[in-house]
Amino acid sequence: MEPKTLFDKLWDNHVVSSIESGPDVLYIDQHFIHEVTSPQAFEGLRQRGIRVFRPGKTVATADHNIPTRDQHLTIKDELSRNQVEKLNDNCREFGIDYFGLNHPKNGIVHVIGPELGYTMPGMTIVCGDSHTSTHGAFGNIAFGIGTSEVEMVLATQCILQAKPKKMKILVNGKLQEGVTSKDIILYIISQVSSGGATGYFVEYCGQAIEALSMEGRMTICNMSIEMGARGGLIAPDLITFEYLNSIPSLAGRNDFKTLLLRWRNLKSDEGAHFDRELILNAGNIKPMITFGTNPGMGMGIDESIPDADNSPEGAASFTKSLNYMGFNPGEKILGHPIDYVFLGSCTNGRIEDLRSFAYFVRGRKKAENVIALIVPGSKRVEQQAVDEGLDKILKDSGFEMRQPGCSSCLAMNEDKVPAGKYAVSTSNRNFEGRQGPGARTLLASPLTAAAAAVTGKITDPRDLLSN
Amino acid sequence: MPKQKFDILETTCVPLPLENIDTDQIIPARFLSATSREGFGENLFRDWRYNKEGQKNNDFVLNNAQYKGNILVAGKNFGCGSSREHAVWAIVDYGFQAVVSSFFADIFKNNSMNNRLLPVVVPEKFLKDMLELVTREPGTIVRIDLENQELKIPASGESVGFEINPYKKECLLKGLDDIDYLLNIKEMITGYEFRNTLKR
Ligand code: SF4
Repeated sequence: MEPKTLFDKLWDNHVVSSIESGPDVLYIDQHFIHEVTSPQAFEGLRQRGIRVFRPGKTVATADHNIPTRDQHLTIKDELSRNQVEKLNDNCREFGIDYFGLNHPKNGIVHVIGPELGYTMPGMTIVCGDSHTSTHGAFGNIAFGIGTSEVEMVLATQCILQAKPKKMKILVNGKLQEGVTSKDIILYIISQVSSGGATGYFVEYCGQAIEALSMEGRMTICNMSIEMGARGGLIAPDLITFEYLNSIPSLAGRNDFKTLLLRWRNLKSDEGAHFDRELILNAGNIKPMITFGTNPGMGMGIDESIPDADNSPEGAASFTKSLNYMGFNPGEKILGHPIDYVFLGSCTNGRIEDLRSFAYFVRGRKKAENVIALIVPGSKRVEQQAVDEGLDKILKDSGFEMRQPGCSSCLAMNEDKVPAGKYAVSTSNRNFEGRQGPGARTLLASPLTAAAAAVTGKITDPRDLLSN
Repeated sequence: MPKQKFDILETTCVPLPLENIDTDQIIPARFLSATSREGFGENLFRDWRYNKEGQKNNDFVLNNAQYKGNILVAGKNFGCGSSREHAVWAIVDYGFQAVVSSFFADIFKNNSMNNRLLPVVVPEKFLKDMLELVTREPGTIVRIDLENQELKIPASGESVGFEINPYKKECLLKGLDDIDYLLNIKEMITGYEFRNTLKR
C-alpha cells in the first residue's frame, strides 16, 4: 500500500461521500460553538424549520464577548449581554451543553476543549473560529469555519470541504534557554510569511516538537492559521497519552485502553508524500517579536527591522504597516518603551504560560509605566493558578489576575489598548486595531512579555534569566 | 433555500491595492455583537474609512466618489485572519458581488461562496496591471462571466480565465445551497455513523 500521511488517513476516514470534481462531505466528530459566530447559524436552522442533527456532538462556551472582571454581575454592554443570552437560549432550545459565565467549565473554546477531554486524537473538529487549529496538537484534523458552515454542522454533522495540500515542517535540534514554543511558531511564520501556507494543512514534527509539552504543542498548532494554513497537527505520542490520561472524564471511560491502542497507530507512514517540506533547526531560534501588522512580520528580538525591499510584503503594505506601528526600517526595537502587556488568549493562556510568567516576575516588580492584563484561558486554569499560588506571586509583583476570556486578544470587551500605545502581547494577531482602534501590538512569548512587564521596555528575556 | 443566482457581472471596480487585508480590517471586532446578518456594510473597513473622531477619511477609496461599482479589487492574501463571516456579510451588504485578488485566505473563500460573493483569482501580474488601470481610469468596466470562467476588460480587450470548483460554480449559477445538498443525503450520513460505531 502506498504510504500515507497522518492527515490523509484521518481525512479519508471521515469522508462520507465525495462529490464528483467537487468537495468531500466530511463527517465532524466534535463541534464547538461560541456566542459571536453562532447566532446567525441558529437563526438559519429556524428559518429552515429544522433541529440540530446531533446535539451531543456540539459544546458551547461564552468567551469572545465577555468581561474579565465582575463576571458574577450582568454584562454591562447591552449588545454583548444580548449575544451571550442568545447563546444560552439557543443551546437550551436545541439541546446543546453550554458552559456560560461562571460555570466551572467556562473558558476560551480552544482551552476548554482539550482540558475537558472533548479533544481527542483521530477526530475531526471544527469551530467558528480560525484558531480551532489548536486542537491539532492531539493528532486530529481541526480547523476554523464560517457561520454558514456552523449551520451546516448543526444541521447535518457534516461539512463540504475540499481536501487541502500537505506540508511537513520538521524542527530539528534543541531550543536555547529562554526560547519557547511561541518563538518556534513565530519563527516559522516569519519564514513562511503570513499567507505562505494558504491551501495547506501542516504536520509539525522533529525533535524540538516532540520535546514540547501539550501546552507548547497547542501554541504551535494554534498559530498555523497565521501563515494561511488550514490547520496544523502533531502525531500523538506518550506525552499526548499522559495528558489524556490525566483527564478524569477520559481515563474513567471503560474503552480508554482500546482508544489508547488505536491512537498509538496515528502517525504518518515512512516515506509518505508531502506537497511541501520545510526543515528548520531549533538551535537557531531566538526569542521572537513582531514589528509589523501581520504575524509574519517577526524577527529575533535583538535584530533590526528589515527594509521594504527585503520583505515578503509588497512595499506599499510594508510601509503602511511600519507607519502604523511608528517604526522605521533598519531600526532595532530592543529597549523601546512599551505601555501594555497582555498574557492570555488561546495561544498562551494555559497554566504553563501563567507559570512561566509568574516565575519570571517573582521577586521583581511590575514597571510603573506598564498596564498588565493577566487573563487565564479558562476557569480551570484560573483555579489551578490559585491552587499553585501563582496569583499570590503575581500580586506580590504588582500584577492582578483577571477572570477568563478572550479579553484583549480581540478586544471585543473593554480590555482595549488605547490608540498609539504599544502592547507586548502573547496572543496571536497583531493586525491593525486588533487590540483596540489604533493599538500597536507586538507578539511575543510569555517570557518576553514578562521581561517587558518588569522593565517597561522591549527586553530580551535571556538577559534577565542569567542574573 | 434557493438563493439569488450568479451569472454575469459587468461593472466598474473599487481598487484597494494593499496586501494581506485581514478580516479585522474588513470588519473590526467591536462590530461583531450583532445577532443577525444585516447592516454590517455600514462598518465595512470602518477604521480605514473613518478617523478616530468619526469623520470620513478622504484618502480612503470608499470615500472617493470617483470609484464605485460592484467589484472590489485587492492585493494578495485577501481575507486572512479571523474566520468571521461577518467580513463577507459586510462586503455583500455594502454592495459588492465579487472580489478580485491573486489569492484569498481559505476560510474567507469558503465564506464568500456561501454568501454568493464570487472570489476571482487572477495571476499576480494581471492583478497588478488591473489595479493600475482601474485606479488610473475609474470608469473602466470589467466583465466577470462565471459560466465561462472569464474576467474581461472590454476597453482594452484583455481577458483572463479563472478557476472555480465545478460543484461550487454549479451552486452559484443555479442558486443552490450546501445545506440543502447535505440535508438531501442524510441517509448516507446516518449510514456513515452506523458503520463507524461498528468499527469502534
Ligand atoms: S483568544 Fe483570541 S484567537 Fe483565541 S478564540 Fe479568543 S479571540 Fe479567538
